[in-house]
Amino acid sequence: MNAPQTEFQTLEAEAAYNARWQRVMDCVNLKQPDRMPTAMFCTFFLAKLGGISHRQLMYDYDKAKELGERALIELEPDVHNPLLLNTAAGPVLEAVDYKQLIWPGHGVGENQPYQYLDREYMKADEYEEFIEDPTGFYLRKYLPRVLGAFEGFEEFPDLPGLHYFRLVGGVRGFARPKLRAALERVLKAAEEVDRFAEEHGSFTQRMKSLGFPTSHISTSVSPYDLVADYFRGATGTMKDLYRNKDKLLRLLDKACGFLTRQTINWSRASRHPIVFFPIHWGPDNFMSQEQFKTFWWPSFRQLMINIIEAGIIPMPLWEADCTKRLEVIRDIPPGKCIYWFERTDMVRAFEVLGDVVALRGNISPSLLTTGTPDEVDAAVRHLAENVFYKGGKLILDAAFGLPDETPVENARAMYAAARKYSS
Amino acid sequence: MNDMTDQEKQLIELLADMQEDEAHALAKRMVLEEGVDPMRVLDLCRQAMDIVGKRFEAGEYFLPELVLAGEMLENIGAIARPLIKSKPGEEPKKLGKILIGTVHGDLHDIGKNIVTFMLDINGFEVKDIGVDVPVAVFIDEIKDYQPNVVGLSGFLTLAFDSMKETIEAIQGAGLRTDMKIMIGGGQVDENVCNYTGADAFGTNAIDAVTLCKDWMGVAA
Repeated sequence: MNAPQTEFQTLEAEAAYNARWQRVMDCVNLKQPDRMPTAMFCTFFLAKLGGISHRQLMYDYDKAKELGERALIELEPDVHNPLLLNTAAGPVLEAVDYKQLIWPGHGVGENQPYQYLDREYMKADEYEEFIEDPTGFYLRKYLPRVLGAFEGFEEFPDLPGLHYFRLVGGVRGFARPKLRAALERVLKAAEEVDRFAEEHGSFTQRMKSLGFPTSHISTSVSPYDLVADYFRGATGTMKDLYRNKDKLLRLLDKACGFLTRQTINWSRASRHPIVFFPIHWGPDNFMSQEQFKTFWWPSFRQLMINIIEAGIIPMPLWEADCTKRLEVIRDIPPGKCIYWFERTDMVRAFEVLGDVVALRGNISPSLLTTGTPDEVDAAVRHLAENVFYKGGKLILDAAFGLPDETPVENARAMYAAARKYSS
Repeated sequence: MNDMTDQEKQLIELLADMQEDEAHALAKRMVLEEGVDPMRVLDLCRQAMDIVGKRFEAGEYFLPELVLAGEMLENIGAIARPLIKSKPGEEPKKLGKILIGTVHGDLHDIGKNIVTFMLDINGFEVKDIGVDVPVAVFIDEIKDYQPNVVGLSGFLTLAFDSMKETIEAIQGAGLRTDMKIMIGGGQVDENVCNYTGADAFGTNAIDAVTLCKDWMGVAA
C-alpha cells in the first residue's frame, strides 16, 4: 500500500512530499533515513497560532484549513495528523448529538479543549448481550446511549431469524414512529458527517499538493481500551478484572476480531497504510505486569499481527510511562510498527526496541508550554544525540502532540532544532 | 493480629486479598447475625485497607485493587454504619487535614480519587471538592476547612495555568502561611511545579502520602 496519488503544485512539492514520506518509511523499515524525520500532531494549538477561540476552530472549516496550512508551512514537519478531523468537528458532533464528549461552547468554555466523559456506557450485566451480538448491541443499546440522533433505535427490529414471509413482515418494524424519526435524524446527521469528510479530504489533498504527507488518516483502538474507555468506563473495567474476568477476556477476544476487520477496512478506504492507536490503559502505574500480560497485551498484540499481515503499519501512542512494558511489547515482527512514547524514557525505549520498531516522540509537554526556546532546543539535541545518532529510527515529535498552550516560538524551536541536529 | 479471633483475621485477609464476595458475606454475617460490634468490623476493614495500601506502595497492587478495595469498604460500611451507636471521642485522631480538588477547566478525577483514598487510609482527614473547581471555590473552602495541605489535581496541559492561577489567588488571599500546596497529575513534573509555584509535586498517590506525612512531621 502506498500513500495516495494526487497532483502536486510544483516539482519541488512533489520531491519534498516523496522525501518526507520516505524518511518516515525508512524509519518503519529500520533503515537509516537521510535525516531525522519530524511529525506534528496538534489540535487547539492551531487556535493559539491564529489568535482565535477554540470554539471558532471547531466550527469554522475554512479557518481551520487556513491555520492548518499555515502551521505546516511555518513549522515544516515531515508528517502531520489529519488536522481537520481533530479540530473542526463541532458541526458533526452537534449533528449526531454526541454525548460522550463536551466541547468548546458545548459543556466547556469557548477556549477550553474538548473533554471525554468517562462513564459506564455499558452495564456489567450486559457483557453476554454484547458478546453474543455486537451489531445488535450497538444498534439497540449503545448508539442511542451515546448519540442523541439515534434515540429511537432501541426499537430497531431484531433481524437474525427473520425468514420468508416473516422477513417481509419484519420490515414493518421500520415504520415505528420513534425509529422512523430517528432514521430521519440519522440521515440528516450523515449528510453533515459526509460534508466534514469532504472538507477533510480536500484539505489533505491540498496539503499533499504542497508537499506535506499525513502521518495517518484512520485511528483504531486496542480491545481493552475500547471496553475501558468507551463501554464500561475506567473504574468499571478495573473492577471487572476481578468481578467479570472471564466475560471481559471473552469480549476482548471478540473485539480483536471485529476491530481487525474494521481497522483493515478503514485503512484501505483512507488509502493510507499507517493507523494510529492512542493507548490509554497500558502504562506501568495502571495495572500489574501480570494483569497487563493477561488482559491488556494479548488481544492488542493479536490485532497488530492481524493488520500487519494485511499490510498496515500500526502506530500506537503509548501514553504516560510504559518503561516496564518495553520488554513485553517488543514481541512484534521487526520493521512493521511505529511506537510513539509519551513519558517513557526514549533512550531506554531505544535500547530495548531499537532493532524492532521506529520510535516517535517525545519532547515534554511541560517543557514546551513553560520552557524557553533554548531549553526546547537542548531537549531535541538530547534525543538526537542519544537516540538518532546512535542508530535509533526516531521520528521527532512532542510527547503526545503539541500542547494547546505551546508558545509558537517553542514550537518553532522544536522543529528548527530537529532540522539542526538531524544528521 | 495476635489478639484477634480467627474470624477477624479471616475478614482482614479476605479483604486484603480482594476476595470480595467472601469478605462481604463474612462481614454481613458478623454484623447482622452474630452481633459483632459494627465499629469493630469497620476497624478490621481499616486494618485490611492498611495492608492494601502497603501492597500498593510495594508495587504489588495497582489501580484496580485500590478501586475495588474502596468499593468493598463502602459496601461493608453501608451495612455497619447505620448500626453504630454514637460514642463521641472514639474516632482516631487524624494526622492532618487535606483539601483536594481538580483545578478549573479539567474534569479528570481518577488520579484525584486514588490520592484521596490513599491519604484517607493513611490516617488523614480528606475533603474532596470535586472537579473543575473554580479559584473562588478553593479560596472559600480553604477559609472554611482550614486544611494543612491543599492538593491541586489536573490531567490536561491547561491545568498548568489553572494551578498557577489558583496558587497565586491562595497566596494573594494571605492563606498560604501555615499551609502547603502539592500538585499532581498526568503531565505534572518539576517544570510545572516551578511554573505554578507549588511547594511540591507528585506523580502518584504514594508521593502524595509521603509529602503529607513529611509536612505533618509523621514518620513515613
